[in-house]
Amino acid sequence: MRLLARNRTAALASAPEIGRIGVEAEDVTYGIAGRNLVDGVSLTVRHGEIVAVLGPNGAGKSTLLGLLTGDLTPHHGTVRIADRALADYSQRDLALRRGVLPQSVTLSFPFTVDEVVRMGRAPHAGLPSDESEDTIVARCLAETDVAHLADRVYPSLSGGERARVSLARVLAQGAPVLFLDEPTAALDLKHTEDVLRLARDRARRGDAVVIVLHDLNLAAAYADRIALLARGRLVGCGPPEEVCTAPVLTELYGHPVDVLRRPGTDELLILPSR
Amino acid sequence: MPARPALAHEQREGTGETVATVTERQEPADEPHSLPPVVELAKTTTPVPPAASTTAATPVTAAPRRHGRWLMPTLLLLLLVTSIVSAGMGAFDIPSDQVLSSALRHLGLDVGHVSQANEAVLWNIRFPRIVLGIMVGACLGCAGAAMQGVFGNPLAEPGVIGVSSGAALGAVGAIVLGVSTFGSWTVTAFAFAGGLLTTLFVYLLSRADGRTEVVTLVLTGIAINALAGAAIGLFTFVADDAELRSITFWNLGSVGGASWKIIGALAPFALVGLLILPRYARALDIMALGERGARHLGVDTERVRIVVVVLSATLVGAAVAAAGVITFVGLVVPHIIRLIAGPRHRLLLPASAVLGALVTVGADLAARTIAMPKEVPLGVLTALIGAPFFLWLLRRTRSRQGGWA
Repeated sequence: MRLLARNRTAALASAPEIGRIGVEAEDVTYGIAGRNLVDGVSLTVRHGEIVAVLGPNGAGKSTLLGLLTGDLTPHHGTVRIADRALADYSQRDLALRRGVLPQSVTLSFPFTVDEVVRMGRAPHAGLPSDESEDTIVARCLAETDVAHLADRVYPSLSGGERARVSLARVLAQGAPVLFLDEPTAALDLKHTEDVLRLARDRARRGDAVVIVLHDLNLAAAYADRIALLARGRLVGCGPPEEVCTAPVLTELYGHPVDVLRRPGTDELLILPSR
Repeated sequence: MPARPALAHEQREGTGETVATVTERQEPADEPHSLPPVVELAKTTTPVPPAASTTAATPVTAAPRRHGRWLMPTLLLLLLVTSIVSAGMGAFDIPSDQVLSSALRHLGLDVGHVSQANEAVLWNIRFPRIVLGIMVGACLGCAGAAMQGVFGNPLAEPGVIGVSSGAALGAVGAIVLGVSTFGSWTVTAFAFAGGLLTTLFVYLLSRADGRTEVVTLVLTGIAINALAGAAIGLFTFVADDAELRSITFWNLGSVGGASWKIIGALAPFALVGLLILPRYARALDIMALGERGARHLGVDTERVRIVVVVLSATLVGAAVAAAGVITFVGLVVPHIIRLIAGPRHRLLLPASAVLGALVTVGADLAARTIAMPKEVPLGVLTALIGAPFFLWLLRRTRSRQGGWA
């Protein structure tokens, strides 16, 4: 048992090999009541990159994320994390490989922020670690700018604070594959940028990051690749400059879209025509 | 705080101690990365004054805790004092020192003289009653805390959601139908089965998406209680006089019928639940994130759910089998503990057991002394205190969440 645990951490330590496949969906289909919410999607996300999933409401973004994280089991196709099918993982091994930030987190009981972030360390219980739990928790609290809230009770926080605390919990989990479902929905401008910078930083250090976003400009600015979903199907996947073109986005959203460049740079500016 | 990163940092920075500690905490210095320094939210803001960030960082190392450390010793001491006082009071009073002497004598310590009559009263009536009260209260308090944890709802309580009446129905059914399949264990076994079945039933009925909405839970409880009440009523209707007396006992709840034999029958069930449930403390903490959130953190929610539900039902079933329906202990007790020491189950589960015991022994003392020589049924007394508390809790939940859903 102890030997096994050691092997597992050894594998984890060497995990962030940039360029290795982090999560891979192969022709996955998932439907409810005869209607396919996700339809034959294949997607590969490698360590070291951020892939943003975009699409209009009801395109199947959350369903796809659910399939990738193992919350949902595809009716057809397979999802692999680190070359292993999700079905072959125990809950705990999976928790050591992938972290998930859901859209909103409500707590049944008034745990403190510190306690919530510590929950992120649960999968590591009994495993050897280079850093103490206190150090990791303190670092994650600082990274998400919530260290000053450590003693506060989670239900007493504002929406933006909760989102950052939840992110701190996911970071504390230390999994090399990250799934973030609209992490910036509740955040102001500064914290939005901060969180995406943090995600990009994690990717640069070898994590594979999948983010569901609504904001095209954020996706274009921070994602290495963008996956466009429409009616459950993948209609485009590639670097922002390739995918985010006026005709593609206009058709995707059913609303005319202009794609400009920020003056003096080649940064994309994506705006609905008005 | 490991020494390595701190040292590395001091060499690099060589600044004042305060600043050094702060930066050391914020920067993952020991993570090898060739890339430019890690982006940190705190750092991207305007420079934080050192004093402010030290205060911000200290609680992390000095693990923040409400009044957890003194809670268990205090509760145990109070329980001991209440038990001694309770053993001394009744139809005729026995001085506390005699109570102690008598108890110690049975432990092999001969101190002081206790009269034959006092000895008999203590060991045949008062002590069994107190021990039973402790066990029943511990079962109910711990089961209440565990159920609230696994239902993800602070209003879940064996009495409210109908588990107690389900167990009572099992017991009453066994009495009236004259079943004796398991000999002297029959009534206990039926109460246990009734409690377990009702728990599973409520659980299946009231959950949606890994959570239990308050309205659904309370309404399910109403339905289950009504159903069990009707069935018990039916049994009451066909019961003869002797059976009626037993039935009344189950419905009102009392530790008055305590005997060492009943305690012996309850003990294995109580011990199994009280000893195994705390092992699920961490999992129950994480279940507060909801079923999906708990699974993301590697908790085998399916298994935790089944084990905790079965163990809580065991505790409630055993308590009801021994003392009838004593409501609201499982609701009020975990709440008080959470207010004092926070919601962590590692402390909540055992502390709820001890406070449950304390409340039950105290309530039983009140039940048999406030209207001497008559005895107020214990279940009536706990409901009298517990129901208003429950109403207050409902109101508070509503005003906090802006609704019950």
